[in-house]
Amino acid sequence: MLDFFSEMFSYSFMQRAVIAGVLVALCSALLGVTLVLKRYSMIGDGLSHVGFGAACIAMALNVTPLKIAVPVVVIAAFLLMRINSSAKIKGDAAIALISSSAIAVGVIAASLTTGLNSDVSGYMFGSILMMSDTNVVTSVVLSCVVLVLYIVFYNRIFSVTFDESFAAATGTKTGIYNTLIALLTAVTVVVGMRMMGALLISSLIIFPALSSMRICKSFKSVTVVCAIVSVLCFFIGISASYALNTPAGASVVVANAVCLILFSATGAVLRRVRK
Amino acid sequence: MNKEKLLSCQNAVIGYDNNVAVNDVTFDLYKGDYLCIVGENGSGKSTLLKGILGLLPLKSGKVSFCSDLHRTDIGYLPQQTSEQQDFPATVKEVVLSGCLNKKGLFPFFTKADRTRVQENLQRLGISDIADKSYRELSGGQQQRVLLARALCSASSLLLLDEPVTGLDPVVTSDFYKLIKQLNKDLGIAVIMVSHDISCAVKNAGKILHLGERETVFFGDTADYLKSEAGHRFANTEEDENA
Repeated sequence: MLDFFSEMFSYSFMQRAVIAGVLVALCSALLGVTLVLKRYSMIGDGLSHVGFGAACIAMALNVTPLKIAVPVVVIAAFLLMRINSSAKIKGDAAIALISSSAIAVGVIAASLTTGLNSDVSGYMFGSILMMSDTNVVTSVVLSCVVLVLYIVFYNRIFSVTFDESFAAATGTKTGIYNTLIALLTAVTVVVGMRMMGALLISSLIIFPALSSMRICKSFKSVTVVCAIVSVLCFFIGISASYALNTPAGASVVVANAVCLILFSATGAVLRRVRK
Repeated sequence: MNKEKLLSCQNAVIGYDNNVAVNDVTFDLYKGDYLCIVGENGSGKSTLLKGILGLLPLKSGKVSFCSDLHRTDIGYLPQQTSEQQDFPATVKEVVLSGCLNKKGLFPFFTKADRTRVQENLQRLGISDIADKSYRELSGGQQQRVLLARALCSASSLLLLDEPVTGLDPVVTSDFYKLIKQLNKDLGIAVIMVSHDISCAVKNAGKILHLGERETVFFGDTADYLKSEAGHRFANTEEDENA
């Protein structure tokens, strides 16, 4: 066991992947609680597709993908939040439209220039080999920012998540907090996308939140358990991917799915016992 | 009538997009008033409430807070959303969030906030469920929790949007009693939106009856019962009883 981990961590690409991944898992878990409860789950999915499109265009233009993906996804996040709160276009349909259009544009851009090479598939399905030192630095900075903001604004985030109209009516500037959440989600998605893949990153946002909600009763315990579950599942997933030579992103998603099934079963048993 | 004026709504016009939902409504609210806003579905009762709270912009007219009423002195009990029904939060967490508006920029709760929560839980008779999860409660209990939260944020004005929707008759009448008691004992002014006119005239001191195009009536409940609109209501009541 110990030998296995010391061997795994002897590779510097694994060190980078684990550090960045654990931090991204932590951030996405915290943001995920709010997003899932506000019924914004699909926004993570939509943003990752937009991120994929932007990354493909960046590759076609020969620019560092993060430089284009981050601003584009941030703009998309604002748009999606706006659309969700206006009644004219239903949020789920709008997200589907934007996701598929972004992928289409990205694939066309890539096939016209570099062709659908391994870089493109890396963005689609994720690759731990793509984690550079810059990514590690970005994810460390990002997760520190998310953690500090989350703790400082924890009570307000709760209030806005539980009941936005009450919060607004009693003087909380809800727009600022929604913007903050959109911004942090956008950056988290873009950083996590490289490792997890555009198709899989939204699972990091949704699964841990849903798992913890199966068994926890209070918002605080949901948040804490969600963070722990997310980090653990990431670690199990990436270790399994190393041991079994499976794709990292997909392995993390499967670890999360198994965890959700276990938590659901535990939750059902607990409820029966309490009755 | 030397009571202090709390709020004044002058010729308020409120609407979504190009539809006008509330047309030219004028009324004043004084300290300790109990005002019921009644009217048909679609007459803009909830919209008016949202306009007063600043959740919707006014197309024209003015809503002004008088004397020393601030946004942070207001408690609001909104209509429940489906998202809230299965929200994982304890009663304490929900009620504590009502204290947030008094905190300014300070991000954490203090002991005084927790005492305030305890007091309000006790006042509404729900201290025994303080550690329960909100999603495990009955509809009546959930409304009491939201009322407790509103009380934490309210010091002089409480706005209630159809607070008894979906509650059974016994719980409903208990809830009305509770609100009347709060109004009397704490001297908190109440504005309540209701489609239940019979309960409105029984409990409220003042009635604002909104019609589809204009205000049908605004004034004391006693005068309302003598007015044409009140007559029409009394007749339908008799029809229903017959």
